[in-house]
Formats: sequence, C-alpha cells, structure tokens
Amino acid sequence: MDYATIYITLAVVFGLFMAWGIGANDVANAMATSVGSKAITIKQAIIIAAVFEFAGALLAGGQVTKTIRKGMVDAELLSSTPDLLIYGMLASLLAAGIWLIIATYYGWPVSTTHSIVGAIVGFAAVGIGIEAVHWGKVGTIAMSWVVSPLLAGTIAFILFISVQKLIMDTPKPIENAKKYVPYYMFLVGFMIALVTLFKGLKHVGLEMSTGENYFIAISIGLLVMMLGKWKISKINIDPNEDKDFHFANVEKIFAVLMMATACAMAFAHGSNDVANAVGPVAAVVGIVESGGQVAQKSAMPIWVLLLGGIGIVAGLAMYGNRVIATVGSGITALTPSRGFAATLAASMTVVLASGTGLPISTTHTLVGAVLGVGLARGIGALNLGIVRTIFLSWIVTLPAGAILSIIFFFTLKGIFGA
Amino acid sequence: MVAKNYMYRLFGHSPVKPLQTHMEKVVICVQELIPFFEAVNKGDHSEAKNLQKNISKLEKDADKLKKDLRMHLPTGLMMPVSRTDLLEVLRLQDQVANKAKDIAGIMVGRKMVFPEDMGPLFLEYLQRCVDAAEQALVTVNELDELVETGFRGAEVELVKSMLKKLDKIESDTDKIQIKTRATLFKIEKDLPPVDVMFLYKIIEWVGDLADLSQRVGSRLQMMLAR
Repeated sequence: MDYATIYITLAVVFGLFMAWGIGANDVANAMATSVGSKAITIKQAIIIAAVFEFAGALLAGGQVTKTIRKGMVDAELLSSTPDLLIYGMLASLLAAGIWLIIATYYGWPVSTTHSIVGAIVGFAAVGIGIEAVHWGKVGTIAMSWVVSPLLAGTIAFILFISVQKLIMDTPKPIENAKKYVPYYMFLVGFMIALVTLFKGLKHVGLEMSTGENYFIAISIGLLVMMLGKWKISKINIDPNEDKDFHFANVEKIFAVLMMATACAMAFAHGSNDVANAVGPVAAVVGIVESGGQVAQKSAMPIWVLLLGGIGIVAGLAMYGNRVIATVGSGITALTPSRGFAATLAASMTVVLASGTGLPISTTHTLVGAVLGVGLARGIGALNLGIVRTIFLSWIVTLPAGAILSIIFFFTLKGIFGA
Repeated sequence: MVAKNYMYRLFGHSPVKPLQTHMEKVVICVQELIPFFEAVNKGDHSEAKNLQKNISKLEKDADKLKKDLRMHLPTGLMMPVSRTDLLEVLRLQDQVANKAKDIAGIMVGRKMVFPEDMGPLFLEYLQRCVDAAEQALVTVNELDELVETGFRGAEVELVKSMLKKLDKIESDTDKIQIKTRATLFKIEKDLPPVDVMFLYKIIEWVGDLADLSQRVGSRLQMMLAR
C-alpha cells in the first residue's frame, strides 16, 4: 500500500464528482414530478431534496452501498492483488461520472445506477476475469431493473384508481378529499418508515425488535397524518376557482399530499442512488484501511455515506436549481392527484429495493409509475416515443460504462504499476 | 451543462385543451352569423359583407388550430381518449365552422335577402342552431374533467345530462326547420325560383350547424361508452 493516501484521495475526489453529478441531475428527475404538478416551488424542492436525500443516504443507504461495494465482484479472487480492486473501483467511479456528464450534455436519458453497475461489471470481467463477477447477483440486479418499473407502475395504477373511486368520481370530491387524503399521508409516512426501519439502522447504532419497528412506523405515519390534517384545514377553498375546472380545490388538497410524497421520493432517491457514488469509495477505503486486506467484514464507515450526502447536496445547490426549473416547469399534464400516485409508487418501490440492497434506477421506476397513472386514464397524453428512448438507454449505458471503466482500469494499472 | 429533460418530454401535449380552444373559436365564428343575419334582414349589404369577411377570417383561424392539433398528435402518443375519436371530434367541430363560412359566403355572393316577414323566423331558427353549437362547446369543455376522473363516476352523469340538453336543442331546431320550410313553401310561387332554391339551401345548411354540433356530442358519448 505505497499509495494509500493517493488512493483514498482519488476515491474521495471521484466519489464527490459522481455524487455531485447525481445531485445536479438525477435529483432533478426525482423532484420534477413534484415541481411539475405545481404542488411545491423550486425553492421548496431544493430544501426538501437537500434534507431528505441526506437523510435517505445516511439512514437507508447502507444496503445498496454494500451491494455496489462487494456484492458484484468476487473479492476472494483478489486477495493477493488488492490493488486491482482499488484500480477497478476508481475506474468505475470515473467511468460512470464521465459517462453521466457526456449523456447529460447530449440530453440522453441514462441512469446513474446502470452506468456504475455496467462499469463495475466491465472492469471485473475484462480486467480481472469473467469468473470474478458474481453473475448471479448481477442477474438479480438486472432483473430488478425490469421488475421495479413494473412494480411502481402497478402500485401507481392501484393508487390512482383508488383516488378516483374514493374522491374524484364522487358527487362531493372536496369533502371526500379532505376525508381521505390524510390516510394517504399516513401511508406515505408509514411505508417509508417501515421499510427503512426493517432493514435496520444498525449502522447508526439503533437496533430494534419487529414490534418496535411497527410501533415507530405507525407513530411516524400518524405524525405525518396529523401534519397533513392541520395543513389541509388551513387551505382556503374558493368556489370561484371551480368554475373553469371543477377539481381546482380538490387539487389544492392533493398538493399537501404531494409535499409529503416529494419528501418520500427524495428520501428514497437518497437511499438508493447515493450508493452509486459511495459504494466504490467505501470499497477503496475498506481495502486501504485494512492495510491491503480485501476485507469482507469491515464495517462501512459512516463518513463515506456522509460524503455522498454532501456531494449530492452540493450538486443540487449549484446546479439542481436550474435543472429542476427546466424539467419541472414543462410538466403541466401532471396534477397533484396524479403526481402523488406516481411519486408515492416510485418512492415505495425504490425504498423497498434499497432495503433488499438492489441498486435500481430511480428515473426508470418513476417513468414506470407515471405510465401506470397514464394507463389508469389519468394523464392527458404520454409520449411513448420518449418511453422507448429511456428504456433503450439501458442497453447503451451498460456497455458504455463498461468500456470506459475498462479503459480507465488499464490506465490506472499502468500509472501505479501493479 | 444541458439539462436531461426527458422527464419533461415524457409528457406529450395534452390534446384536450387545444380541442377546447378550437371549439371556442368555432362557436365565436358561428355566433357571428347572428349579426350577419340581422344585417341581411335590414338589407344592409355593406355591413353584411364586413361580417362575412370576419366569419371567413374566424373560420381560417379555426382551421389553423385544427392543423396545429393534428401536427401535435404523433402516433406514439398514449392518450386517455382514442386518437380516432379525438380526430373525429376535431373534424366535426371544424365542419361546423366551415358550414358557417359557406352560409355567409353564398348569402353575400348572391346578395340574398329574406322574403317578407320571414326575417324573424330565420333569426329564431339560426339562434337555436347557434345554441346547439354553444351547448356542444359546454360539453367539450368538460373533457378535461372527464380525463381527470378517468371517464367514470359523477362527472360522466353530468356530461350525459349536458348531452341530453344538446339533443333537445337539436330536436327544437328540427321543428323550427319544418316550420320555416312550410312558411317558405306557401310564398315560393311569388318569388324568383332560383332565389327560392337557395333559400331552401340556406335552411338546410343552418340546420346542419345543429346537426354537426349534435354529432360532436355523439362522438363524446362514444368516448364515455366503454
């Protein structure tokens, strides 16, 4: 470990670079539906995103980080040459970060998750050997990419149908909205809290029983519900606004709900996507700190998760503003009632995946959810051409991330001379 | 850095608002026929000519909106209403404006006048046909609410009652049409035959305004019935 300091410094710099990119761009997509439905302002979105992304990364980001860090590559094979794993992880970070920048520049819809997974599999398969990749785990991850949009779409479909049945299709939508929206708010708080608690908060020093988990989740759900009730009671129902569009006041009530789901979405995004930047950093740090051991047991240092959180918030603060403005201002087809269904479904799916340690794409999950709402006859028009482009980008991103990471891997290997 | 704005592009432009805007334009165009008929009734040909020009201009505006909407409906758009139904509603709406233009055009071109005492009857008839177009607009304006409710529930009942009213208006226009024809029949022998021919034509066309408006409504009904 001649280059211990250099390795860690590089890992931190590349990790920050990628987290920054995620913050500047990916967060915008996660928050776009909320801003687009005019439920929250851009400023609110930034604040919500900053707080909850950070919380999500710190509280629920551990599992996915673990997968990225050591789930996909067989470290046993590398116990004699730990440097190779370090080069690979550094190369993957750089490759994914650069691919993100390129794609962003051209406006291609790529996923941070897909690029980092492609990069890690790429360097491992080519740089080390086909057998170094845990193909079973990678297969599970690839499957989850198909399943997550489908699951989010189904949940969104059901949520939106329930909204129509309980509120929209009734003779008194405003009364019913006031009655039922708090329950949806309970659902938001409860689901997110439960999934986060269940996979355990051991890494922040909390360990609780199943009963305690349920108790806390229900308490958080009720707390969110109370907050919602209080917020809704303060809404000014103006009958005049219903002349043009009968649901103007109902949507005002849904806007409160949307605010809660926006928080959930940011939390979910933080829990899943921060790992993309932080996982490789954690791997490098783990190896270096154990003095060259490809340590499979070392605990994940909290400061690495913090690093990811800080990178994302920095990116968000510097660029997110502009990106959210561009993305969010154009989405007018999304009213709060529809946006809530899509966002809640997506965030539930993402947090669930985070809990099982599967790195999935937040954007694709959200697209799946939006399609689900569309299928429930809830959206004026959906551009299927764009959906096709987004899903095609899967196929392009994986080899692109892989090729870039292979190039960087051999470059780093050349520089540090293994 | 350019924004990744595919999340935004995911949402195509909803065709509902432009469809409503188009119908608004069509109704404004049709409403212009009322002052036009009044001018014809007074024998004020220069005023009639001005109004005819205005009607023609409004029809062109509506045409432009129609073309815009057609251009913005690529086949890859997933909409809550079928593409066919939507384009058919648009086509019917446009025909209402076309008919208004034709009526004004031929009446100015042939310097037509209403036969003695028939002016008020023609105006009453036209008024009811314009009512039909207005009612069709009211119904089309409910489309965004229908999309919101997914074409289900209380909103559907509301639209159904609106469509019923539209049918009622249309059947009124049929009655007035019969009355107008009968009145003209009684005096047709004393009028120049070619003029009479064209008066019958105008009666038919004014009736078409209501018929076409009703067909706009029928098409909406087909959207509900699934």
